[in-house]
Amino acid sequence: MMHKKTVAEISRSLQAREFSSVEITRHLLSRIDSLDKNLNSFITVTADFALAAAAAADKRIASGDAGPLTGVPIAHKDIFCTDGVRTSCGSRMLDNFVSPYDATVVARLKDAGMVMLGKTNMDEFAMGSSNETSFYGPVHNPWDLNTVPGGSSGGSAAAVAARLAPVATGTDTGGSIRQPAALAGITGVKPTYGRVSRYGMIAFASSLDQAGTLTQNAEDAALVLEAMSGFDKHDSTSSPAAVPSYHGSLNESLEGLRVGVPQEFLDEGLDPQNRAAVEAALEVYRSLGATIHPVSMPSLALSVPTYYVVAPAEASSNLSRFDGVRFGYRCENPVDLVDMYKRSRGEGFGEEVKRRIMTGTYVLSAGYYDAYYLQAQKVRQLIAEDFTRVFKEVDVLMGPTTPEPAFELGAKTADPITMYLNDIYTIGVNLAGLPGVSIPCGFVNDLPVGLQLIGSHFSEAKLLNVAHRYQQETDWHQRLPGSDYE
Amino acid sequence: MEWETVIGLEIHAQLNTLSKIFSGASTAYGAEPNSQACLVDLGYPGQLPVLNAQAVAKAVKFGLATGSKVARRSVFARKNYFYPDLPKGYQISQFELPIVETGKLEVVLEDGSIKIVGLTRAHLEEDAGKSLHEDFAGMTGIDLNRAGTPLLEIVSEPEMYNAKEAVAYMKTIHTLVRYLDISDGNMAEGSFRCDANVSVRPKGSDKLGTRSEIKNLNSFRFVERAINFEVERQIDILESGGKVVQETRLYDSVKDETRSMRSKEEANDYRYFPDPDLLPVVLEESYIEDIAKTLPELPGQKRKRFIDEHGLSAYDAGVLTASRELGDYYEHVVERLGSDPKLAANWVSGELAGALNKAGLDITESVVGPEALADMLGRIVDNTISGKIAKDVFEAMWSGEGTADEIIEARGLKQITDSSAIEAVIDQVMEANPGQLADYRSGKDKLFGFFVGQVMKATQGKANPAQVNDVLRKKLAG
Repeated sequence: MMHKKTVAEISRSLQAREFSSVEITRHLLSRIDSLDKNLNSFITVTADFALAAAAAADKRIASGDAGPLTGVPIAHKDIFCTDGVRTSCGSRMLDNFVSPYDATVVARLKDAGMVMLGKTNMDEFAMGSSNETSFYGPVHNPWDLNTVPGGSSGGSAAAVAARLAPVATGTDTGGSIRQPAALAGITGVKPTYGRVSRYGMIAFASSLDQAGTLTQNAEDAALVLEAMSGFDKHDSTSSPAAVPSYHGSLNESLEGLRVGVPQEFLDEGLDPQNRAAVEAALEVYRSLGATIHPVSMPSLALSVPTYYVVAPAEASSNLSRFDGVRFGYRCENPVDLVDMYKRSRGEGFGEEVKRRIMTGTYVLSAGYYDAYYLQAQKVRQLIAEDFTRVFKEVDVLMGPTTPEPAFELGAKTADPITMYLNDIYTIGVNLAGLPGVSIPCGFVNDLPVGLQLIGSHFSEAKLLNVAHRYQQETDWHQRLPGSDYE
Repeated sequence: MEWETVIGLEIHAQLNTLSKIFSGASTAYGAEPNSQACLVDLGYPGQLPVLNAQAVAKAVKFGLATGSKVARRSVFARKNYFYPDLPKGYQISQFELPIVETGKLEVVLEDGSIKIVGLTRAHLEEDAGKSLHEDFAGMTGIDLNRAGTPLLEIVSEPEMYNAKEAVAYMKTIHTLVRYLDISDGNMAEGSFRCDANVSVRPKGSDKLGTRSEIKNLNSFRFVERAINFEVERQIDILESGGKVVQETRLYDSVKDETRSMRSKEEANDYRYFPDPDLLPVVLEESYIEDIAKTLPELPGQKRKRFIDEHGLSAYDAGVLTASRELGDYYEHVVERLGSDPKLAANWVSGELAGALNKAGLDITESVVGPEALADMLGRIVDNTISGKIAKDVFEAMWSGEGTADEIIEARGLKQITDSSAIEAVIDQVMEANPGQLADYRSGKDKLFGFFVGQVMKATQGKANPAQVNDVLRKKLAG
């Protein structure tokens, strides 16, 4: 069936005229129509746009003017601004917001000929690890509808896992691509900070946010990431470094690869079965010629508290623009300016967003700045140095992506700290600005779990090569979440 | 008790870049509301600031021109507060690490003496938009054309001790930014404005009194008046046993008074932190050197040169360096004339300035150009016309009657320097006025002026005055 094909396979089929872009687009739209009722992975389906784009792509293919991604469908996380299409960021605040422009990520993939199917569900303003903070309701994990798909890119993860889209974009501020990829049994790539432009991506925490991909496998991630990446004059923090061919180095040998395993990732917080899956994956790497080295990174223990100072601080400022004045939600009949601000923001934002704005405002306040924000920046530096140190000894770090597989809906919503701890293995990567990948490495209680790969700055090609070779040896990434999705 | 006033100024100079500091939108003044506000300026979701390199170059120019320390690394920070004309809910400014630090400025005071005022810092920031409270019944309009306009905020040390010193300092900065071509200095359009920090203390005390900050003063006159009002107000409070409250005040130019805007307690906690959307501004040595090479002669340097090399008075030199264009005009005149810089200075700051003022024109719009003026002055120097006749010639030139030579020719204004012709006229005058002649000769010396007047009248002012004096004195003596 067409929907089970990967991006690379669809690309080949389109080139070989086995089916047209319009055909696969129609097919996926009809799957979304029938299956997404249970999943809620899309906030907006852009059927008309998609069919027009697919028809245009078919013309390009016919005229021989097609690239590898021309005509391949994609879903965008609803954090990316899309010209003429509602861009809600999972919030009531932007429920009425139709973006007048495309994010750079969206524009580049559009130029490559990709066909946008719609906008995927997400935690409100990307703040959450379960996709339960969305104004549009939670997303259900296709592997078990009673569990969460992870977050904040939960809609993107569920859509790819359920084969409603061959690829979806995501954003990762503290694990928001890797964690849902792990819980949904797919491949998630969070590139180096600065590798992909943030222009048009609604900011949560600007120094941590990074766009990436959710795909079935590493090969697809390589194809799409290559088209997304690169310097953008609209984003001063985007890197001018040239983008290598990620696809070209996928099959390089792993002989002699030095794999570091931070012992702090294998602590008592990790589910024993999850740990067993990670260790089995390490054995696969050993068989591919890699050597495994335990490493110690003591500062990682501080990553969650550090993150929950830095990220809310930036968020509290980034979200100030949502004031009811120029766009987005405005309360009914404000009596004066202060009333308009208070009620527009009070009614427009959800609980978790408000919690983080409050936290962030507090840590930046006079008298607290040094003790919290400045201190957190210092610890952030220590964490980054810890990574720099270990990357002198090893080529790549491996460990679990999450402490456990998908949990039940509602299980952690009452206690934010428990929820925050779900990102304990992923957050350090963002604080250090490094690339990280999650690939499926087994099952715990019939639910997928992920292996996390972490590399040094701008080592995406190496990480994708390491992920791809594993996927040549294993089939975890090809498993489907049940007969509905066959 | 005797009181001493202490004043520090924060001057906001709008940098004259074509586009805004963090977006490509135009900075031109006076467009339809919100027609020059792009998505960045509107603070749209997902929009990011990109620093305008020209704004940095202009700030560096200012730093170099004031002998300040130009920071090799400076950082943009967010100043967070809510206001409808502040689209992002924060202003991008510089806080802990400004681009220009610690400099000194020579200020020429009214009496011609020089005062050194310390500069604390100068930093780059974006301007906010405007809230329009008129024209909207029960509502407020927002115009974001100004949002994102680049500003250089120049902060002085509290080292000025009366309103006149503060005004002289502000004028010096105003002249400087226009010399450097970093700001148009247009105060009516708000391109150059200041906040004044004012406090008073018992004379001789080395402790600063509690200050108030008077916001948004956009004319030299208002600065002087507002400070004077504020000083009186604070002294009145202190002398009646009260305490000055630290607060922000507004100057009302109609009532000529300041009034409270908000107290320290109501002040915002701005929660400054480094803007993660912008990289630190790191300046290479070579970049700074390249900009140093583009610096023009500065007003202070020019003033000294006019005094030392042209022999002008300190006052004239000060007047002629008040703007780069005026100095340029004067120098063009001198260059073409090839001599007599004092004559040129008198004419540029006298007749020409008067004519410009009367017509409401700027020096760059002068009807009479520097070459034409120089040619006219040349006719004074070569004795073709007298200084008095020159005024008529200049007036005719101003009304477009032609060049100096054409006017002199057409009106027959050429000075009479032929001594026999002058003698003939003097003879006629003496003959026609026997009574006055007799009186003069019997000791009424004051009648000399009468005879000069008669001779000039008879020659329609064209007789060379020095020659007339000379010959007349001899002839009258008999």
